Amino acid sequence: MSVSTEPTSAEARGSGSAPADRSDAAADPRAAETTGTEALRPHAEDAFAHELAALAAQDDRPRPVRWKLSPWAVATYLLGGTLPDGTVITPKYIGPRRIVEVAVTTLATDRALLLLGVPGTAKTWVSEHLAAAVSGDSTLIVQGTAGTPEEAIRYGWNYARLLAHGPSRDALVPSPVMRAMAEGMTARVEELTRIPADVQDSLITILSEKTLPIPELNAETQAVRGFNLIATANDRDRGVNDLSSALRRRFNTVVLPLPESVEAEVDIVARRVDQIGRSLDLPGVPDGATEIRRVVTVLRELRDGMTSDGRTKLKSPSGTLSTAEAISVVTNGLALAAHFGDGVLRAGDVAAGILGAVVRDPAADRLVWQEYLEAVVRERDGWTDFYRACREVSA
Amino acid sequence: MAGSDGGGPLLLGVRHHGPGSARAVRAALDTARPLAVLIEGPPEADALVPLAADADMRPPVALLAHAVDEPGRSAFWPFAEFSPEWVALRWALEHGVPARFIDLPAAHTLAWQSADEEQEPGTEKESAGQGQGQGQEPEQDCADGGPGAAAGDGPAGEEDGPGGRGEAGEADGGGGADGRDGDTGDDGGRVRVDPLAVLAGAAGYDDPERWWEDVVEHRGLADDDALAPFLVLEEAMGALREVYGSGGHERDLVREAHMRLQVRAAQREFGADGVAVVCGAWHVPALRRRSTVSADRALLKGLPKVKTDMTWVPWTHRRLARASGYGAGIESPGWYGHLFGVRDRPVVRWMTKVAGLLRDEDRIVSSAHVIEAVRLAETLAAMRGRPLPGLGETTDAVRAVMCEGSDVPLALVHDRLVVGDVIGEVPEGAPAVPLQRDLDRQRRTLRLKPEALEREIELDLRKEIDAGRGRLLHRLRLLGVGWGEPVASRGSTGTFRETWRLRWEPELAVRVAEAGVWGTTVLGAATAKAEADAVAAPGLADVTGLAERCLLADLPDALPVVMRVLTDRAALDADVGHLAQALPALVRSLRYGDVRGTGTGALAEVAAGLAERIFVGLPPACAALDADAAEEMRGHVDAVHAALGLLGDADDAATVPGGAALRTRWRGVLRLLAARDTIPGVIRGRAVRLLLDEGELAAEEAARLMGLVLSPGTAPTDAAAWIEGFVGGGSGGGMLLVHDERLLGLVDTWLTAVPAEAFTDVLPLLRRTFSAYESGVRRTLGELVGRGPRRTERAAAAGHRTPGFAAEPDTGRAVAVLPVVRLLLGLTEGGAERNDGEEGAPARAAGYLTGVGR
Repeated sequence: MSVSTEPTSAEARGSGSAPADRSDAAADPRAAETTGTEALRPHAEDAFAHELAALAAQDDRPRPVRWKLSPWAVATYLLGGTLPDGTVITPKYIGPRRIVEVAVTTLATDRALLLLGVPGTAKTWVSEHLAAAVSGDSTLIVQGTAGTPEEAIRYGWNYARLLAHGPSRDALVPSPVMRAMAEGMTARVEELTRIPADVQDSLITILSEKTLPIPELNAETQAVRGFNLIATANDRDRGVNDLSSALRRRFNTVVLPLPESVEAEVDIVARRVDQIGRSLDLPGVPDGATEIRRVVTVLRELRDGMTSDGRTKLKSPSGTLSTAEAISVVTNGLALAAHFGDGVLRAGDVAAGILGAVVRDPAADRLVWQEYLEAVVRERDGWTDFYRACREVSA
Repeated sequence: MAGSDGGGPLLLGVRHHGPGSARAVRAALDTARPLAVLIEGPPEADALVPLAADADMRPPVALLAHAVDEPGRSAFWPFAEFSPEWVALRWALEHGVPARFIDLPAAHTLAWQSADEEQEPGTEKESAGQGQGQGQEPEQDCADGGPGAAAGDGPAGEEDGPGGRGEAGEADGGGGADGRDGDTGDDGGRVRVDPLAVLAGAAGYDDPERWWEDVVEHRGLADDDALAPFLVLEEAMGALREVYGSGGHERDLVREAHMRLQVRAAQREFGADGVAVVCGAWHVPALRRRSTVSADRALLKGLPKVKTDMTWVPWTHRRLARASGYGAGIESPGWYGHLFGVRDRPVVRWMTKVAGLLRDEDRIVSSAHVIEAVRLAETLAAMRGRPLPGLGETTDAVRAVMCEGSDVPLALVHDRLVVGDVIGEVPEGAPAVPLQRDLDRQRRTLRLKPEALEREIELDLRKEIDAGRGRLLHRLRLLGVGWGEPVASRGSTGTFRETWRLRWEPELAVRVAEAGVWGTTVLGAATAKAEADAVAAPGLADVTGLAERCLLADLPDALPVVMRVLTDRAALDADVGHLAQALPALVRSLRYGDVRGTGTGALAEVAAGLAERIFVGLPPACAALDADAAEEMRGHVDAVHAALGLLGDADDAATVPGGAALRTRWRGVLRLLAARDTIPGVIRGRAVRLLLDEGELAAEEAARLMGLVLSPGTAPTDAAAWIEGFVGGGSGGGMLLVHDERLLGLVDTWLTAVPAEAFTDVLPLLRRTFSAYESGVRRTLGELVGRGPRRTERAAAAGHRTPGFAAEPDTGRAVAVLPVVRLLLGLTEGGAERNDGEEGAPARAAGYLTGVGR
């Protein structure tokens, strides 16, 4: 599981929705903006530049054309490790090795990669780091929304030039995908299933023929070697704008799972809560570990439909209950404890948050939650305060 | 050459069930052309070798050894098509050279088992888990020569300590797995070596399985020298054994001594290098070692022994797989079979197979998918530094390309292809299975003759022999051997009586043979079958039914599994109807178990849990139902109510923790049902009635509720449904109306006030309600109604009085009975003469009768 579980929409920067700026700044897409440590959130290739440099320096395995690193080094970059010269590579993704291997291999076989998963499983995070490690640039990104136009995936026009000089290459505003094709880079499409179906399908030619025709100019842009595409899609959105089977066939699909063990998840939540708490300037709250563990346990058990000891099966509510939700429940509780409580994270501070996370459908989920409270929580040693707090807010 | 160089036997060290090993063995035998083939396996099976050539013999099959007088003590040596031993066996038969088994006789290994059991008093003796669990040990031997050790020494499972035993089959499987995955140290101080793990570690692999696959199984045959791989392997194992000795498998030394003696004997017969030996690679250095005959004999002295029988039994790929709990320790028999069976391009052919399977299951998989999957698998293998894509790479590729990242279709691929559905066959000439013998023995003890003629027997379960018969018949029924069918007892309904209709038909023998796969004793087989049935059962009610049958058949070992499945199903089943259906059977079982003194603690717990779930789920489930569904739900409410009544009774015996508390909560639920407007009338009426019967609701309160429902604000159909729920369904509701005129009056008033257009809607429902009453009740009701409204109105005006009785005695009717009363009281004379008393007597008599009536 990833160390980060950010909301997927956080990185809309550089999406195809602002093509005009883009063409002017084409030489250096980041020139116009703040770089370095000033940025609220630096890009992966900037934040981990030293690791990428160290990996590149030591990498003696064959690299596919235009790859900055060999596939092995990319896998190491994501999974972490120690290089022969002692450089420590931090793990970017904590989870099954298999997943990263399949993802990297897919990119190496020129098939497009589709990262699937419930919200909060680090799809965007993995895609950003893959792009940074493979192409050294994670900014060629199209943010999928219900309003994403075809121009965002193919190309748009600079209308001033178009009117002044007529159709020409100069009047063309390439999309991030088109630029990636021309330069042999990795393009990213976020939230693919949010994009309307007809716009999605404009990817088919790009992925199968590896070319982008420009009928207006009677020309085309052919992808050069090294081009590939990483898309992310949300499992829970299935059916919103389902991929056509033609498009689906162009992708190798990798499903990012939820954290495997309670320990891993508690670790992720605690780390992330700590980071968020600092960035929001919340007063420090000592020793929330017990409550964090409890929140994680409750959400995991309901999500898995089974108690952590594997003895009792449970019904699962309709919500996703991902790690990201555990993080928000705990952050919320911390804020409550800091501002209105006695400064210590207690059962009462998280109970309301948990109720909100679990009971999404008032009828069915409430039943699930009550069954869980009565059958599991009530019986559990040392959970009396939690049970009471939950009863209080559920009533 | 391994054989010719030293002038010794040709020693072919293999990994049991390794397709690469199997191929190498065939090539080596073709090259060396030995005069005799010796195979690691129990020598008692020598007589059964010719059967392997039979046209009807189809692997996977297993050699089964069992103690003659105790069929439950048994061991299996499974062979798959791709097992090197099987290949060697077939090679010998095809080339007309003798094949012999040279391992320690099963007589000794089985005796070791019993010795170990005695050391471990906690072991249950006859459970299926054990019978078969132990059976594995020889199988594990197969593992790979080395760790196989776990196997051969028999009691790997037992030495794993009590933990390994507790959970029947599965834990044993786990023991087997340990045997391979490096069960170093797990068993409390006894260090066992997994030679493969050591070798793999030396080669820089963390997974010994993968190392072996890369180095041995996936390596193509070297064209030049068929024997070279065996030499290399022997060298590696030799180095290991120099360091680790027997590696903690002490009994291997004894087995190896026996093998050495056998090899020597064969060499005397066929010449020093005319003999080929196929055995686990771990044993090769020991067989090569020179030791004196007398030293070997000394090791073999005084071994315990039991009388054993051997036969071939059909085996399945699932049983070869580790996951099934009877594992030979290989996870992917289907994949191995594929590797062994295909001529070339195994990955391409495998992907094509997978695509075919997925297409059969209506998934769209095109040739393009297959191409991409192969490419991905090969690139993955390159990235992971493996010579060829293994199962791991192909599975990852199938998941990413063909299954769209989902594990659901992948599970199908795993089940159908990686493990596979293959079932072996054994020719008819093979000796009888031990299950048949066990059945024969029990039948003799219980004096039950198999007769083709149908007859009925009555069993009095209080007698020991009848109880035994009942148990046997129930167990056979579970196994699908329909010798007896239970029929309803005539006359007596006591739980200690059972009636069976018996009829033995010849094909039942076939059924017994089929059931042989479940175990070697009737008890063990029935237990295993019940467990498997529980896991496969489609509905919750099926599982509870199974629990009942387990109690009847006295299968306490199957019960925990059935209960576990039951709790799981109950937890996931969102349909309260299913839960409500399941509860009565469960409670019946509970009471039945009570009668028999069977331990039903777990059952009681499950019943209580089930009841809790029903309580939570029932009120929402009752809302917004149509008429049919409501009627069905009323049945469930009734069933749950009756079941809870029984539970409460059982509470006296302290079987259900908090049975009384459960009933209290149930009443709470009923109140909720009675009061909630969204719940159909029929259920509300029923709930009120149940509460009234329980004495939980005062009659006045019931009347008030009825009045509410029957008031004009309620739709007539709903009110009629309420009445149906309240007094319908043959629950004695008619008598209630007869005796409580107030209720009758309410019904009557309401009915007369139903508007004409609604009346036709209401009529069928009411008719159904009232037609179910006995004719006497109907007539009385009719009479009451015929006079009714006037009286009740008057009564209402008269204020309070006892329900069911008029405000004043009806003198007219009292007079009618006067003669009889006189007769009874002996007042004949005086009454006739004293005319002046006429006015007062009826009143007195009526008062008297009223008193009696009370």
